[in-house]
Amino acid sequence: MKKLLISAVSALVLGTGAAMGAGSEGHIHDVAFSFEGPFGKYDQQQLRRGFQVYREVCAACHGMKFVPLRTLADEGGPQMDPAWVRAFAAELDEVYDPETDETRPRKETDMFPTRWGDGMGPDLSLMAKARAGFHGPYGTGLSQLFNGIGGPEYITSVLTGYTGEEVEMAGSIFYENTAFPGGIISMPPPLSDDLVEYEDGHPASIHHMAEDVSAFLMWAAEPKMMARKQMGFTAVIMLTLLTVLLYLTNKRLWAPHKGKHA
Amino acid sequence: MAGIPHDHYEPKTGIEKWLHNRLPIVGLIYDTIMIPTPKNLNWWWIWGIVLAFCLALQIVTGIVLVMHYTPHVDLAFASVEHIMRDVNGGYMLRYMHANGASLFFLAVYIHIFRGLYYGSYKAPREVTWIVGMVIYLCMMGTAFMGYVLPWGQMSFWGATVITGLFGAIPGIGPDIQAWLLGGPAVDNATLNRFFSLHYLLPFVIAALVAVHIWAFHTTGNNNPTGVEVRRGSKAEAEKDTLPFWPYFVIKDLFALALVLLIFFAVVGFMPNYLGHPDNYIEANPLSTPAHIVPEWYFLPFYAILRAFTADVWAVILVNKLTFGIVDAKFFGVIAMFGAIIAMALAPWLDTSKVRSGQFRPMFKWWFWLLAIDFVVLMWVGAMPTDGIYPYISLIGATYWFGYFFVILPVLGLIEKPLPMPATIEEDFNNHYGTSAE
Repeated sequence: MKKLLISAVSALVLGTGAAMGAGSEGHIHDVAFSFEGPFGKYDQQQLRRGFQVYREVCAACHGMKFVPLRTLADEGGPQMDPAWVRAFAAELDEVYDPETDETRPRKETDMFPTRWGDGMGPDLSLMAKARAGFHGPYGTGLSQLFNGIGGPEYITSVLTGYTGEEVEMAGSIFYENTAFPGGIISMPPPLSDDLVEYEDGHPASIHHMAEDVSAFLMWAAEPKMMARKQMGFTAVIMLTLLTVLLYLTNKRLWAPHKGKHA
Repeated sequence: MAGIPHDHYEPKTGIEKWLHNRLPIVGLIYDTIMIPTPKNLNWWWIWGIVLAFCLALQIVTGIVLVMHYTPHVDLAFASVEHIMRDVNGGYMLRYMHANGASLFFLAVYIHIFRGLYYGSYKAPREVTWIVGMVIYLCMMGTAFMGYVLPWGQMSFWGATVITGLFGAIPGIGPDIQAWLLGGPAVDNATLNRFFSLHYLLPFVIAALVAVHIWAFHTTGNNNPTGVEVRRGSKAEAEKDTLPFWPYFVIKDLFALALVLLIFFAVVGFMPNYLGHPDNYIEANPLSTPAHIVPEWYFLPFYAILRAFTADVWAVILVNKLTFGIVDAKFFGVIAMFGAIIAMALAPWLDTSKVRSGQFRPMFKWWFWLLAIDFVVLMWVGAMPTDGIYPYISLIGATYWFGYFFVILPVLGLIEKPLPMPATIEEDFNNHYGTSAE
């Protein structure tokens, strides 16, 4: 786990983090994702594996209505072949076109399909950012800052947090989960070992799949993360240079008035 | 009050004279940036420039964001995602705008506390102070309405809670609330008017900033000693001051570059740290979040709002005295706005003849306690309303009011100030070990 030194300093300067009161929150375990910290990058192979888990498992019940399919081919993401993305889009559910009032085959410029209705789960477009709410200790967000415990860790923890116990409540079956707030979740355990046969031959235990799909969902929520960090470095380096130059200018400018020689 | 004597702009060439006789704009700019500034200003005086930069940053990024944003309940959230994913550099624009608000408030709080410590609010700078407080109120309104625009869960529920405060006003409250919202609940009408006002208010702030600067350019800057610049003659004034350009412009730009270095590290590497994750969930009127928490910069006043629960004796007393008109909720609302009004009244509550806290041995302690109180209130404002937290809020809120209404008036009467330097020049030379020039 990389410690975010720059981030830590800036966080202290910016005061307390927006805090969130802890309810009956479950246990979230830390995962060392490749994209954490200022130097962190998405692991393209992991994103592709995670995407495979998403399309073969999650997509049955979860949509991603804010993620355009074409972004799968973008730099900094899974970077699938554009022709593959076109073919993939065409295989998905048809899309309603308000202009013709008919459905038509999905194109790469459309979004991922949505899922709604009975038994379907929430949209996953932004889940990795929406579940980043572990602002401990005492609402300072420091553990999140230092350990990178955020949304992807939450998703991994939920996917691996099933105890195998079932609870019946008000005629519905719930599944005991150590990570989900409240301890029971209506989603049946979605993963089992070797459920997915990875195209790159990577082992596919529940843990591997959970981490891979979490990484993919982080990308889905924050596709421009690598470009953003790049921009951050450019800005920080330029401003460091500017700060030094202005420091020297200021020093020289004031020197005669402070009884020093320029 | 006569301004500090200094050189004024003299048009020399024909065209300069021609323009000057019709519109003395060059003279105005010259006099503004060449204003004599106390040369002993310390680093606490750099936040004004940071604030001016923040306003410009927010307006510029905001104007571009508006080009891609759609103020409609069905489309707002998706349009923000469109900005984040499809607009070139849109993620930077939005993260700079969102974190820019945090920098704006960080800077304004330091700026205000600097004024409180060095007595910048005291005569003859009361108008500067009051205008500053109005700017701060406009900032809060702007930030609050801006936070509603992405139409996430915290946007929606924050708007519901805060407009609900106005509903707590006895009698006319519900009407005011409906008028603010444009209907019985937060909906499309609310989003549209908040969008309109969020665009308008920054320009009102810009105008108020001009007035703020005009006011302190009339009285001259305060300085760490609180000793006034000598104004007997230009030569005398020049011993105490240096022109704003280039001395303070370069100094302030250096500080600004350093602040922006940290700002861009936050934007680049942890842009969501200060935000609430729930705002990445689209607004849903049917699902209330477990904890509705405002942005960090509202937390101290949010804590004061929540401090006065129905079991506090002062609340019970006021409730009885007003025959039940003022209940705990309305009391909280009065307390929250009262906390800011108390700050605005500081020029008339502070009885001390000495301006700067540097020379007030007792005041110093109370001041730093107030600063700590502010941070504690900020922290407790984010905490749940059970256990020990309401007591901490209550103690914090009580100290806030106690500072302004009891400590400031009494201290001035009982405190023995420390010896002060006679002039700014003396202070400056003492500091840098130089002999008088």
